[in-house]
Amino acid sequence: MLATLIRLLGDFDAAEEALHDAFRAALEQWPLEGVPANPRAWLVSTGRFKAIDAGRRRKRFDALDDIGEKADVAFIDTAAWADDESVEDDRLRLIFTCCHPALAADAQVALTLREVCGLTTEEIARAFLTPAPTLAQRIVRAKAKIRDAHIPYEVPSRAELPGRLDAVLRVIYLVFNEGYAASSGEQVTRHDLSAEAIRLGRLLVELLAEPEAQGLLALMLLHDSRRAARTSAEGDVVLLEDQDRSLWNRGQIREGVRLVEQALSSGRPGPYTIQAAIGAVHAEAASTAATDWNEIIGLYDALLRVSPSPIVELNRAVAVAMRDGPAAGLAIVDRLLSGGELRDYRLAHAARGELCRRLGRTSDARFSFERALALTRQGPDRRLIERRLAEVSK
Amino acid sequence: MKYLCLVYLEPDKLHAVADRECAACGQGLRDRGVLLAAEALEPIETATTVRVRNGKMLVTDGPFAETKEQLAGFYLVDAHDLNEAIQIASKIPPAREGSVEVRPVRELNP
Repeated sequence: MLATLIRLLGDFDAAEEALHDAFRAALEQWPLEGVPANPRAWLVSTGRFKAIDAGRRRKRFDALDDIGEKADVAFIDTAAWADDESVEDDRLRLIFTCCHPALAADAQVALTLREVCGLTTEEIARAFLTPAPTLAQRIVRAKAKIRDAHIPYEVPSRAELPGRLDAVLRVIYLVFNEGYAASSGEQVTRHDLSAEAIRLGRLLVELLAEPEAQGLLALMLLHDSRRAARTSAEGDVVLLEDQDRSLWNRGQIREGVRLVEQALSSGRPGPYTIQAAIGAVHAEAASTAATDWNEIIGLYDALLRVSPSPIVELNRAVAVAMRDGPAAGLAIVDRLLSGGELRDYRLAHAARGELCRRLGRTSDARFSFERALALTRQGPDRRLIERRLAEVSK
Repeated sequence: MKYLCLVYLEPDKLHAVADRECAACGQGLRDRGVLLAAEALEPIETATTVRVRNGKMLVTDGPFAETKEQLAGFYLVDAHDLNEAIQIASKIPPAREGSVEVRPVRELNP
């Protein structure tokens, strides 16, 4: 409904106010008159009229103001907002507008969580460990930019869709990862961002038949399916190879695998789909030893073709180590580290430490674990590396 | 809605785009009926900055600020919304060598 009101009134704040007024009116009138046949249409219509009234009261002259004009034009098109399909269009418009590349990246995230997910400013601020006034300002500035630069409230054309969809997927995945990181122990009071991201992902898949949207949802579901197994009772990190697979959420895995198959069938899989496919291989393996590492390496090769990056190469190296032994993996990791790009990436040093440890090269392992520790801030991750370090320091 | 597209280029990229290409771009926009004005500018060595402080005029050599990418020209266009302005800006040839800033025009208060 908010999305529809934004379209009818052409303004985020006016739409929010209108919705509040409409709900207030409903609370007064419905107990007396009964719930209307189409409650949504009633609320949208009431909200719109109240906004026109408010707009007219603010003007000194009799001339129609912008709000009145837009609303009156929309009034002729009554079918538009009563129609379910148009609701979906409005929600899509809202998502794409909130994730417009002309808005600052952190503003895209904040605006999406506020306008699409309905989180309060305080909830978002707490979730991202940002002061509430800072976050409020961020949202105010984003809305001002939308208004002053005339960012249109529309779904991108077919030609623009791939680039614009990238921005939306990026925002959703960012929100998911923020929640994923937070859920490992220490910050229990933060809003469940991962659940919000999955909800957003579902909405997007529902609204758009795009393989990468399916791929992202699959990826998030497969990651989330391991949530219960990722942390020990003491709040420590449990790596994939040590996880109790009976704790994995099979329902999410089933759904994730189904989505991956759908996304892959489209032909040219994008990065999210391929990452989800890797996740699916892990999810369907009974154990680390039973995992099809060959297939995983093949998928990493595909991922490198569409989205080359040293981090992907690092993850591939770890898979190579599982298939061909630690020495083969270490050769790749050493090459990557000597290239310089992963110098400050703690997981590169942690991986090198682990591979050296498996090869019995304890002093090399110690060196790498110490480098990793120096780059690690968060409690549970630090403790994991400290344990590894202790093992090779005996 | 009017938007000003400010074209910024590093000095050594100033000649990376042929004048002919820029002229063609301008003509294309004129044909579409969206071009209000467009000009290329002489390089910053020709710039002079004027300030008036306490009634006194101060004239200095050079642009108002030394920046890596320098203002090389502008296109003033009439676009439906920011998306259209962005599309226009992306087709301006120097966009592939430098940066094009897109700014909405503000109507002055009477």
